[in-house]
Amino acid sequence: MSDRVLEKQFADLAHQSETAELGMWGFIATEVLFLGGLFVAYSFYRYLHPAGVAAAASHTRLVIGSVNTAVLLTSSFLMSWASLAASNGEGRRAARLIWGAAGLGLVFLALKGLEYAEEIGERLWPGAAFSLDTPEPRVGEVFYFLYWVMTGIHALHLLIGVAALAAIGWRAHGGVYSRAYHSPVRVVSLYWHFVDIVWIFLFALIYLPGRSA
Amino acid sequence: MTVTTVAELPHERGGSYLTDGTTLASWLLTRDHKRIAILYTLTITAFFFIGGAAAAVIRLNLLTPEGTLVDAETYNRIFTLHGVVMVWLFLVPSIPTTFGNFLIPLMLGAKDLAFPRLNLLSWYLFVASGLIVLAGLIGGSVDTGWTFYEPLSSGYASGALVVVLLGIFVNGFSSILTGLNFVVSIHRLRAPGLTWYRLPIFCWSNYATAVIMMLATPVLAVTLMLVAVEHLWGVGVFDPTHGGDPLLFQHMFWFYSHPAVYIMILPGMGVISEIVPAFARKRLFGYHFVAWSSVAIAVVGFLVWGHHMFVAGESVYAALVFSFLSFIVAVPSAIKVFNWLATLHKGAISFEAPMLYALGFILLFTIGGLTGLFVATLAFDVHATATYFVVAHFHYIMVGGMVSAYFAALHFWWPKATGRLYPESWARFAAILIFFGFNLTFFPQFILGYLGMPRRYHAYPPEFQVWNVLSSAGASVLAAAYLLPLFYLGWSLWRGARAPANPWGATGLEWQTPSPPPSGNFARTPRISRPPYDYPEPAA
Repeated sequence: MSDRVLEKQFADLAHQSETAELGMWGFIATEVLFLGGLFVAYSFYRYLHPAGVAAAASHTRLVIGSVNTAVLLTSSFLMSWASLAASNGEGRRAARLIWGAAGLGLVFLALKGLEYAEEIGERLWPGAAFSLDTPEPRVGEVFYFLYWVMTGIHALHLLIGVAALAAIGWRAHGGVYSRAYHSPVRVVSLYWHFVDIVWIFLFALIYLPGRSA
Repeated sequence: MTVTTVAELPHERGGSYLTDGTTLASWLLTRDHKRIAILYTLTITAFFFIGGAAAAVIRLNLLTPEGTLVDAETYNRIFTLHGVVMVWLFLVPSIPTTFGNFLIPLMLGAKDLAFPRLNLLSWYLFVASGLIVLAGLIGGSVDTGWTFYEPLSSGYASGALVVVLLGIFVNGFSSILTGLNFVVSIHRLRAPGLTWYRLPIFCWSNYATAVIMMLATPVLAVTLMLVAVEHLWGVGVFDPTHGGDPLLFQHMFWFYSHPAVYIMILPGMGVISEIVPAFARKRLFGYHFVAWSSVAIAVVGFLVWGHHMFVAGESVYAALVFSFLSFIVAVPSAIKVFNWLATLHKGAISFEAPMLYALGFILLFTIGGLTGLFVATLAFDVHATATYFVVAHFHYIMVGGMVSAYFAALHFWWPKATGRLYPESWARFAAILIFFGFNLTFFPQFILGYLGMPRRYHAYPPEFQVWNVLSSAGASVLAAAYLLPLFYLGWSLWRGARAPANPWGATGLEWQTPSPPPSGNFARTPRISRPPYDYPEPAA
């Protein structure tokens, strides 16, 4: 088993696993900067037009956003549990938990899709047909521009995450992981938690402006 | 570095990385860092000559004040192609993806980079990005310059702009993944005994470069993505006619593109730090300072982007701070130059081609760096902004500096990579020709800029003609000098003498392997017990 997964540039499996985890941390750092650009653009507009952004944000669907936040947090919890199970060599249990996490990811995407469909129906898709009944519709259009880009990129990340979870779930089910070798579960789990954390920031920035007293 | 185990290597005749698999698939599906380095070298050489051809059209057109060769529109498209291709398809990947890929695992005493499959993926992303960018630039009419300034790019440019932006977006991920691979490898794959302070400076400078690639490139990717989406939807984050702010674009663009300038010079500094001690037969002077100055450049380099926007409307206080920080970032560069000079002092210097390129680098980089201080000065920059002074300044760094370093590296490690020696006299001749051609091309541009000739115009007032003719004459010398290595290096692949393992008597770990190295680099993991640049001290 160990001989098959150990690559030649590493001294042993522990060396390989730690390196893979460092790689994922590095990748997450690049993602923070990637999304950071969007957060900067968002903050800039919110600072310039606080009232316009708040008015536009009040048209978002708070209930769907809140339910989705709960769905993702639960999915992250399952993924942490799966990591623990995999490191104890409990492959079958890890597989069920991973698939549970992936399933909740799909629930999130389905709810998000529903939300998108309603918003397209309300002509909140930026462009010629955009319409928003607020005092500053142009600011609203930029807000929805950023909304679609940010949540779209997040959804894409989530979709990639679901595919990765499905794959490692399959391998966990097949008994590939052991106490000695389970770094793919830990690495994918890091990615999954990261996508979750990004959503928590997005939730606060998109759904909450103007809604507090 | 003296290595005890490698000397006992069984000599692997014919078992080099070049002969291990001769099919096309064995190259296109390889995970060997050395083969991937060769793939990159071939690819970026092609892009270098495409970008160079565009430069040739620019210089030919500027021979006459009326700009008779091409019209204004075509001229704009040509300099856009030149800038985009040279920056993203040659300079940014130049040394890291070729010599970085080839040498870093060897210098670490490792069998490969940490993520070999990711490394191959980076190359495929790079090739795809190059093809997409060229399709957009040649097929469409993108004339925004490599900076894609707003509102020009979303308001007026054609639809091909989105294609070009997509190409650069993909290119960014190639760069990010290469950076990630280097950072993780240098942290995790150092051989036993190879502490950070025993690493060659080439590794330090590529490490600093890789950090910039990881942390700056994503911002460019997301910025260009916003420009593309805004162009498609007609909604403005950056475009003022749609309520956007063009200054926000400049901030986000230069947050990448200024650190990217250091992506385009730090690896070159790493090369020079290897070559100067090897041909002065001396230890590198001030190793710790040279090592940490790379890190200092990478860190401070993230804080100076606003000096591209002195006349763009940023506040005077912001401008003052950015000006001050731009002076600060020159300090670590100067530390390197002084340490190279101190290394030369009382060395037993010999002037083989790599050393000639390295000395050329030091001189040209110094001119480029000092003129950088001119344009970091607020009052002078108002006069020099968007003139040929700026063009000359950054070409001294990027062409005089980085391209010279690339050629230095190409000659220095040619015997190691190919197993053949190149013809020394031809190489020296080309090195000297490049130095003179370069200065003749770009020094007149300092004068033109100082006199007030703006960049990016296809025509100019007649009083500027004499300097433009000198510059174009220099460009033709430079073109010939850049073509020369193609012939004599190509010739050496078939007819060159077989290279010994260590033709220069250099100390790096890579010289302890056979030339060319075997696929796995080291039969046994080396143990390192000595500092780098362990040349014997010269007699007093």
